[in-house]
Formats: sequence, C-alpha cells, structure tokens
Amino acid sequence: MVKEHNKILLELTDAGVYRSNRWLVRNITLSVSEGEILTIIGPNGSGKSTTAKIALGILKPDAGSVILHTNKIAYVPQNLAIDWTLPLRVIDFMRLTNKMTFQEVTEVLDMTGVASLINKNLRNLSGGEFQRVLLARAIATKPDLLILDEPVQGVDFTGEIALYNLINQVSSELNCGTILISHDLHFVMSATDNVICLNGHICCSGTPKTIVQSKEFIDLFGASAAQTLSPYEHDHDHSH
Amino acid sequence: MLLDDFFIRALIVGIGIAIIAGPFGCFVVWKRLSYFGETLSHSSLLGVALGYVFSINISITVFAVSSIVAILLFLLNERTELTSDSLLGLLSHSSLSIGLLVVGYLSYIRFDMMGLLFGDILAVTKLDILIVWVCGGLFIFILYIIWQSLLAGTVNRDIASSENMSPRRSELIYMILLSGIIAISIKIIGILLITGLLIIPAAMARNISNSPIQMILISIIVGVTSVVSGLFTSLTFNTASGPSILVIALILFIISLTPLKRLISGANN
Repeated sequence: MVKEHNKILLELTDAGVYRSNRWLVRNITLSVSEGEILTIIGPNGSGKSTTAKIALGILKPDAGSVILHTNKIAYVPQNLAIDWTLPLRVIDFMRLTNKMTFQEVTEVLDMTGVASLINKNLRNLSGGEFQRVLLARAIATKPDLLILDEPVQGVDFTGEIALYNLINQVSSELNCGTILISHDLHFVMSATDNVICLNGHICCSGTPKTIVQSKEFIDLFGASAAQTLSPYEHDHDHSH
Repeated sequence: MLLDDFFIRALIVGIGIAIIAGPFGCFVVWKRLSYFGETLSHSSLLGVALGYVFSINISITVFAVSSIVAILLFLLNERTELTSDSLLGLLSHSSLSIGLLVVGYLSYIRFDMMGLLFGDILAVTKLDILIVWVCGGLFIFILYIIWQSLLAGTVNRDIASSENMSPRRSELIYMILLSGIIAISIKIIGILLITGLLIIPAAMARNISNSPIQMILISIIVGVTSVVSGLFTSLTFNTASGPSILVIALILFIISLTPLKRLISGANN
C-alpha cells in the first residue's frame, strides 16, 4: 500500500491542548493523506477523542498547529446525546448537514444494513442500529476526510466486521482520508495503513507491522496483546 | 373600519404572534432555553421603562434591551466558568431589578402594571399589527435561512461545526430573534407569561409529533387555537388576555396526554 504521492489532507504539528492545569494531549504530530486510513489506539483517557477534536477544529490547540487542506469533513462522534424533546426520524438525521433525496438516503442506509429503519424515530433504535445510522450519515456527505470516533461500538460481532470492511471500501472508493479511533486491535492490524499509539502523547507510530514489535506498544497494551496480534507476522518472520 | 374594533386588532396581532411562536418555541424546547426566555422577558421591563422615558414604541426599546441581554449571555457563556443557568439567574434578576428601579423613578407616568405583566387586549394599536406581521414575517424568513445549521447544532454542535454549519452564529441570530418575538408579544401576553406561549404549544406538539417540521406545524395550530379562544375568553369574562390564552394552551396540552394521543400519532410510530 504505497500512498506516498497522494495529497495530504490534514497536518497536525506538535499540537497540544491544555485544560484545567494539565495537558490533555501534547506534541501530536500526524498527517492524513487521500485514501489513507490512520488509526489511533490507546487506553482510556489517553486523548484519542481530544486528538480527533483538534483535527476537526472543535478544539483549538494551545500549542502547535493544525492545517486542513479540505473543508469536506464528516464526523462520527463517540457519544451523541440527542435531547428527546426533538422528534427526529432517521431520514431527518441523515439530512442533517446534507441535502439528499429519499432514494439517496435509502441507498446509503442500505450500505450499513439499516435501510428498513428510514422512517423510524432515532429514539427507538438500538445502540448498534444507531451506530450504523451515524456511520451512514457520515459516508453520505461524501467527505474528503472522515473522522470516526469508535464507530462500531455496540455493533454485533458479524456487523462489526462488515462495517470495518465498509469503512475500508468507502476509503478507497471516495479516496478519502480516514482517522479511525478504535479499540479493535485486530482490525487495526489488518486493514489500516498507519497506526498511532496514544497515551497523552504519541508513544509510537508507524505501520501495523512495525508497531506491534515496538517496545512502547508492548508496554502499553501488554505482551499478550502483542502476541495475539502477531501470529501472522511471526509466521512470515520465521518461515525463512 | 374593521381594524377600529380593538378586539379585531387583538385577534390579528395574537394570531400573528402564535404563528411566529410556533417554530421559535420548538427551538426553545429543543435547546432547553426556557429559562433563557424567562431572562429575556424579565429584562424587557427595563425596555418598557425606557420606552416610556423616551416616548418610543415599547416594542423597539424592549427589543433593544433584550437583544443586549441575549448577546451578553452569549459572550459570558464563552468567557466564564459559570454554568449558563447561573449566568441566566444573574442577568434575569439584575435586569429585572434595574427595570423596577427605573419604573419606580418614573412615578410621574401612569403605568398599567397589570397590563404589562399579563397582557391587555385594549392596548393593541394599528401600529402593533404592522410591527407584528412585518417583523414576524422577517423573523420567520431569517429562521428559514438559518434552519439547517440551527437544527444541526441543536442535534450535535460538534458534528455541525465540523461539517461547515457554523452553529454558534445561527444560535446567536436565533437568540436575537427570540428577543424580537418577546418584544412584539408583550401587549397581548405580558412580560411574565411570554415564555409560556413559546413552550406550552411546543410541549403539547411534542406529545403527538414525529418529526421537527410536524412538531412546528402542530405547535402553530395549538398556538393559534389558544390565542383565539383565549382572547374570546378574555373579552367575555373580562380577564387578562395572557393568562386566558395560556390556560387554554394548558388544557390542549392535557388533552394531548390522554388516550387521544394514540389516535392521532398511532399511524406514525
């Protein structure tokens, strides 16, 4: 997967956010290009969502810089608490920032397997269904840069795989850059171009292959995580 | 002429206000701004007093004062660590106090305090009709323009701002328009009860609606029904117009909680 020649969409340089007398994240340097999937992993409170929000321009960095080369961004936030005094059907939600026909909405919902829910009220969806609608909405805006904060939480096991495949497919079809925040190390290792391991700062980064062997990764996730993820790699390493 | 009848004038103004209050009231409910509405209306007492001091139509001075309060709140919200309900309390009661002091100082002017607080259909002039329908039309037009970003920001501000919708700006515009609505509804509803006309029809509509547009349409219908029947009640029983209108709205709200609800919304869910 050589994607060196593609246009860079987002650059963070030494970015940091300082709140309530501490740095939430610090010295974050990363870039995302067209067609690239960059995954951010890290323990709870390591600043994954904060990093996403810096990239989105929601949080202004107190240090460093953020350069965006596109304004077509789509975002799937980690939490979406909708006030239920607002009656909102799936179709209303799909058209939130983007004008679409009924037909177009149906097609995108079909990609995430929830086309039948189009006229349902958002409130009546299960967690997994809601997550699929969130992802569909983001994809429907045909973004240049897709920022997904734990997009498959609460989705059942088979659905999870399907959605990850979809993210992959969308990334190559739209040729959009993707930042994915995920806990699913298996997917991270098999389908992403680059990985950043975060713990308030960048512990290690690189391709999935190099990262599982790094000392920082093993320190952060434990040797067992590195082992469960490395069998393929070891096979290759040791077969000759 | 037809408009020479005070009651016809009150009806025309009241219906106009109910139509405008529908969509704006829905956003008050969705964005949890009811206390914000209270704050604006409390501050309007100061606006009324200033209107008397300078002999200007009170709609104009009330609009000016409440817009300033709205903008202050918007700025304070971004700059201080205080939560917005403390800020609202601060602005609400301090502007009410200043208003009361100014009113007390103006002892040489005869105030119809009850009329100001609770609405008085006798006070509606032809100029008020013009103000309500022209400004109201303008307010709804502006709301139509900012609709998508305001709604997106209501659902989730982070999504809206990452996807080029500038929700903060539309929120500020909305708050200023809300001040305008309060300014033009004082004569019919009164300072103390305006928020009720914004909230009760919207709350009733929530019980039986399934999409944002539907909720707005229903709350307009409920608002107009309440205003028309409330004004007739006010005329017949010589009651203050504001409370009469709100009691009718309350009755409609209670009806919407009964099994009738299932009949109307059964097809939707």
